[in-house]
Amino acid sequence: MQKRISNLPFHDTPEQAKKLDEVIEKLKGQAGAIMPALHEAQEIYGYLPLEVQKRIADGLDVPLEEVYGVSTFYSQFSLTPKGRNHISVCLGTACYVKGADKVLDKLIQRLGIQPEECTEDGAFSLTACRCIGACGLAPVMTVNEDVYGRLVPEDVDQILAKYTA
Amino acid sequence: MFRSNVLVCGGTGCTSSNSEQIIERLNEEIKAQGLDKEVNVIRTGCFGLCALGPIMVVYPEGAFYSRVTPDDVPEIVSEHLLKGRIVKRLLYQETVVDDNTTKSLNETTFYSKQMRIALRNCGVINPEKIDEYIALDGYAALGKVLTEMTPQEVIDLMLASGLRGRGGAGFPTGLKWKFAAANDADQKYACCNADEGDPGAFMDRSVLEGDPHSVLEAMAIAGYAIGASQGYIYIRAEYPIAVKRLQIAIEQAREYGLLGKNIFDSGFDFDIDIRLGAGAFVCGEETALMTSIEGKRGEPRVRPPFPAAKGLFGKPTVLNNVETYANIPQIILKGADWFRSIGTEKSPGTKVFALGGKITNTGLVEVPMGTTLREVVEEIGGGVPGGHHFKAAQTGGPSGGCIPAKLIDTPIDYDNLIAIGSMMGSGGLIVMDETTCMVDIAKFFLEFTVDESCGKCTPCRVGTKRLLEILNKITSGNGTLEDLDKMEELCYYIKENSLCGLGQTAPNPVLSTLKYYRDEYVAHVTEHRCPAGACKALTNYTIEADKCKGCTLCARNCPVGAISGAVKETHVIDTTKCIKCGVCMEKCKFGAVVKK
Repeated sequence: MQKRISNLPFHDTPEQAKKLDEVIEKLKGQAGAIMPALHEAQEIYGYLPLEVQKRIADGLDVPLEEVYGVSTFYSQFSLTPKGRNHISVCLGTACYVKGADKVLDKLIQRLGIQPEECTEDGAFSLTACRCIGACGLAPVMTVNEDVYGRLVPEDVDQILAKYTA
Repeated sequence: MFRSNVLVCGGTGCTSSNSEQIIERLNEEIKAQGLDKEVNVIRTGCFGLCALGPIMVVYPEGAFYSRVTPDDVPEIVSEHLLKGRIVKRLLYQETVVDDNTTKSLNETTFYSKQMRIALRNCGVINPEKIDEYIALDGYAALGKVLTEMTPQEVIDLMLASGLRGRGGAGFPTGLKWKFAAANDADQKYACCNADEGDPGAFMDRSVLEGDPHSVLEAMAIAGYAIGASQGYIYIRAEYPIAVKRLQIAIEQAREYGLLGKNIFDSGFDFDIDIRLGAGAFVCGEETALMTSIEGKRGEPRVRPPFPAAKGLFGKPTVLNNVETYANIPQIILKGADWFRSIGTEKSPGTKVFALGGKITNTGLVEVPMGTTLREVVEEIGGGVPGGHHFKAAQTGGPSGGCIPAKLIDTPIDYDNLIAIGSMMGSGGLIVMDETTCMVDIAKFFLEFTVDESCGKCTPCRVGTKRLLEILNKITSGNGTLEDLDKMEELCYYIKENSLCGLGQTAPNPVLSTLKYYRDEYVAHVTEHRCPAGACKALTNYTIEADKCKGCTLCARNCPVGAISGAVKETHVIDTTKCIKCGVCMEKCKFGAVVKK
């Protein structure tokens, strides 16, 4: 999948940097360390900015292209920051034939961002995901941990309002 | 002993519609009424009828409550559990015979044609309690294998049963084991593929959520048969509930000595670890999955050497799918003849399908092989809702094809589905009605494979991209008839030249829709028309003058101000401004807005 790369400036705190260093120290020298390092770095920062990937590459003493190769291969790894509220619209087959694309269109229109992007105020990020397995409730979207099922595009405004209050 | 047992579905579908809160509320209410010593609340795996979730079943009566909300709980507790009066308004209507009698679930059309082997414990036991699994013959098969059978006898039994891989390709499981057993090595692996990547498929997830021990038990049996002491389960990170239950199950099995050293005092050691995927469809392919467990980009490898000779970390490896494993303990206990008596000659046993899309009873079903598509869709699935008609069923996900309505009487097994240009796949079965455009569906799957192609081999990486470009050309009204022929040629080229299963099957959605719905493709190309009205570029919204009352509702709701007209006069849509969102059509109370 083509990854969108964030152009928002990267900030980190000394605590985050320290945690990342600990992760790198722990995994250094182990075979196949890149994937677990990226998983843990994403836990720390919420996403994987290039700066973090560089630090992992230097720390593990592997070429950056190898780290970048893995981070862009798997869709779980995100190169863009997530908003305070992360919206995920399921575009699995069951949801798609029941009109999930129209729900996504409505969200794109309302939020003014494309999938894999974050609004400028950091309030919402949007992604189109693969099947989350709640096909009985199709079409489905999730906002953070909350699942909304049996959606029609008209539901979008009401759901967004819950998170903007 | 409890007087009543309340089973609440804790599968992903029902959890998404608040079954956790229902359980909390139940426990509170039961306590408040002083019933906590008499009534037991059990969180189970999936019941299958996801369309009616959240589901709750109360035994001994067997009352099947559907679409329960947390607010219904006090009534269920005070009426049913305290006073013994079933809450009729919440019962699944199919189970209600008359005012005073209900029939059992097994007599309803959804369940009566099903036969549950892989799903036998789903919705029956608490998956987080190993004792409940053991009470239903759990780990008896492992005990039998380790104390009464040689590895060769286990392999012979698997061969005799005719069990074929449920992940999609249908390779005989016994044969896989035989090959891996024949290779000598200091270390071998028995792995489980739980990277269920087909969109719209959730069979494996449901088995892992509802009955994780059956998979662990079968993996240990496989380990014994081939001589492996270590197993890995590669599971999607998108399945948090399944991952959690697997972790609990592995810990409990270790505690009971059913995993670890010297199992059943037989001298056999076997342990299992979980490896999380990171969201890559290609990792469902066996060699890619193993590369990913090794921590690399999940790219497939050239075969041969096959995993049975050189698999994970270069060692002989057996990799079976979740559903395949879930069948194995029963086969060991009941024998090959029993298994062969179910299903068809070449495809014995049952198959689990995830029914989804335009169908009344979305959910999980398990039927004997050879059941016709009609029985699955019309009887078990309850048909297509909303007065629409069955147009096609899609099986096999992005690797499969569409089965048209005229072939609805095809008995489902591996070979029949291949013969009609689809494939069994892992079991996703998506129903489509006449509002689904088959060109659009082909495009949907190609978008998926273009995204998920790992890029290692050119036919798949570039070929699928070119296919998608042609499909986009057609759905935007710029296709030509030559494009259809070019597309077909390209499809066969990709199939023949791709490295792994992803590329070899990626053109199937295009080929099968071209085969059965060529007229729809032709309509897009020659008439610039989408017969299903799904392709936006080819549909225009217009207002029929004789039906329009001039109520202004459409104009007020149009997000781009494309509709003009005075009150009580016919409105007009400016097609140059219209973004074809369809809001006007949904809002119009008089059916005056039509898609053409």
